[in-house]
Amino acid sequence: MSKTMYQKIWDAHLVRESQNDTAVIYVDLHLVHEVTSPQAFEGLRLTSRKVRHAQKTFATMDHNVSTRTKDLSLADATSRIQMETLAKNCQEFGITLYDFANKDQGIVHVIGPEMGITQPGMVIVCGDSHTSTHGAFGSLAFGIGTSEVEHVLATQTLQQNIAKTFLINIDGQLGDSITPKDIILYIIGQIGTAGATGYVVEYAGSAIRALSMEGRMTICNMSIEAGARAGMIAPDEKTFDYLKGRDHAPQDGQWEQAVADWKTLPSDEGAAFNKVLTIKAEDIKPQVTWGTSPGQVVSVEDCVPDPESFADPVAQAGARNALEYIDLKPGTPIAEIKINKVFLGSCTNGRIEDLRAAAEIVKGHKVHSDVQAIVVPGSGRVRRQAEKEGLDKIFANAGFEWRFAGCSMCLGMNDDQLSQGERCASSSNRNFEGRQGPGGRTHLMSPQMVAAAAIEGQIVDIRKFLRKSAA
Amino acid sequence: MEPFIKHTGTAVPLDRVNIDTDAIIPKQFLRKIERTGFGVHLFHEWRYTDYEGTTENPAFLLNKPEYRASSVLLARDNFGCGSSREHAPWALFDYGFRVIIAPSFADIFYNNCVKNGILLVRLETSEVDELFRQIKQEPGAAIAADLEKQVVTAPDGKEYSFDINSFAKTCLLKGLDQIGWTLQFEEMISSFETKLSEEKPWRA
Repeated sequence: MSKTMYQKIWDAHLVRESQNDTAVIYVDLHLVHEVTSPQAFEGLRLTSRKVRHAQKTFATMDHNVSTRTKDLSLADATSRIQMETLAKNCQEFGITLYDFANKDQGIVHVIGPEMGITQPGMVIVCGDSHTSTHGAFGSLAFGIGTSEVEHVLATQTLQQNIAKTFLINIDGQLGDSITPKDIILYIIGQIGTAGATGYVVEYAGSAIRALSMEGRMTICNMSIEAGARAGMIAPDEKTFDYLKGRDHAPQDGQWEQAVADWKTLPSDEGAAFNKVLTIKAEDIKPQVTWGTSPGQVVSVEDCVPDPESFADPVAQAGARNALEYIDLKPGTPIAEIKINKVFLGSCTNGRIEDLRAAAEIVKGHKVHSDVQAIVVPGSGRVRRQAEKEGLDKIFANAGFEWRFAGCSMCLGMNDDQLSQGERCASSSNRNFEGRQGPGGRTHLMSPQMVAAAAIEGQIVDIRKFLRKSAA
Repeated sequence: MEPFIKHTGTAVPLDRVNIDTDAIIPKQFLRKIERTGFGVHLFHEWRYTDYEGTTENPAFLLNKPEYRASSVLLARDNFGCGSSREHAPWALFDYGFRVIIAPSFADIFYNNCVKNGILLVRLETSEVDELFRQIKQEPGAAIAADLEKQVVTAPDGKEYSFDINSFAKTCLLKGLDQIGWTLQFEEMISSFETKLSEEKPWRA
């Protein structure tokens, strides 16, 4: 019988089938960070339970690390306690930790892939909703809560019910300057923020095949913003090339065996999905959010919509709330919205390819005098690579602040925050009220559009910006 | 975890779609290393007018006398979306919420609530509309939820039945130690691991 990739991975991880209760599935890789783990380790201590497989868990500090300094003594007391607690827990339970001072420290969803810890066919979990990022490698990866973190530490398994499957095909050729971020924002705009709730999404089609691994990670990363349990993309030669030779990738003797196994993962011809959506790549334009939910998104050519234009009264009310918070009037052209902060980074768009693309835009320009712009590389490795390529100089010469790695202003748990009323062009993943700082207003877009907004002091159509620059 | 069997309490009508976990508990309160004490920060940005949380926003429903002691939350689609933070159910429980009724919930939030003794009830949109109508008409009215029977009772006495996964139901009714439940299959986990190291040594 033809099987989907999800079904294959599910079957291969089934420790115990559900007997009208719950299935138990095996977890190959567990990633841990400082914010959602302290209570899990405390739970183990209170019940005298041990970590079953310390070598299948990796920890890092990312959510509340400073991006200005590596000196922990300068962190505020509560953040410091949380980071010290993670260090203590990792030491006590024998877990590898990439702490704030480690040269490879970074956002958990950036360092997993770049160290080759993330591999096709795995079940990967982390106490973080953007764990879906790792699905770009053909793994089943999803976010869990702290009680489940404790469950995985104690048992190396999870209680799970099988999800429905949703195939999203993106076929055709993307237009000029259209990025993976535009693809995923467009999808969320089409299906809504709960459009994939209860489903595991597989992204397929020629436009997905054409993407780099970094681009695929951006797409899978924001699956959660459509409500999906997980997002995944079938592994191919690009996946294998990306992984070969990385620190934790299978080594010589086992590499061929692993690749042969990974090649069996893609969904079989004719495999049935519970839901299918096909999108024409040509229809996708640069996307920008106008509201306080990632589904409140339009193309940069459009205007802020009128709440009355929504058919559903609940959606109308949602749009009215959003416009009040974000302080925009219906009918305002998106490409006229002034901004005063710029954030380039996050697990969505903080990888080397994102920084290269943004630097290409920034080169030879200056950040607008009304704008404060920061670049936060996704990891220590991304930062070093960018410096090797001179990207740090390009950003610094233009007036961007060049920071250390971390989650930073994506969620503002450290001191990188928007102030009341500030408006930000952001390469991150959530435009929720207060997400980047209390009273702050967020517009999500691609890293290239973020870079162009930094220079113009307002949201601009990247295609027009490039034409103007070339002229 | 406290078992959940049945509960009757004042219902607060939070008439907004897509209430995310950042709104339920903002990030500045995630830096604690305990599971308790989050209730005072629940819905912080809507509930208080200042960052410190010293001045209540009188317009926010939970600050109105008739809703202050609410323990049933009536909400709209996609409640609990966004971040996986279990601090959200910890804050809701700590405030006193035991039941949340909405047309749909985000996946991770749903799982997190089951692990913290909060009953999530999915009803049809038209049924949720009717509950909103009644609660707004009679502020402070109570809704009852009975997990054993899988029904909620509206203020007018009408009953609405709801579906729940049988394992989630058992976990809630018994306040089950879910790690303990899984550990009874320890031998199955071990034999899975033996097979894994034979078949996929690069992953073992």
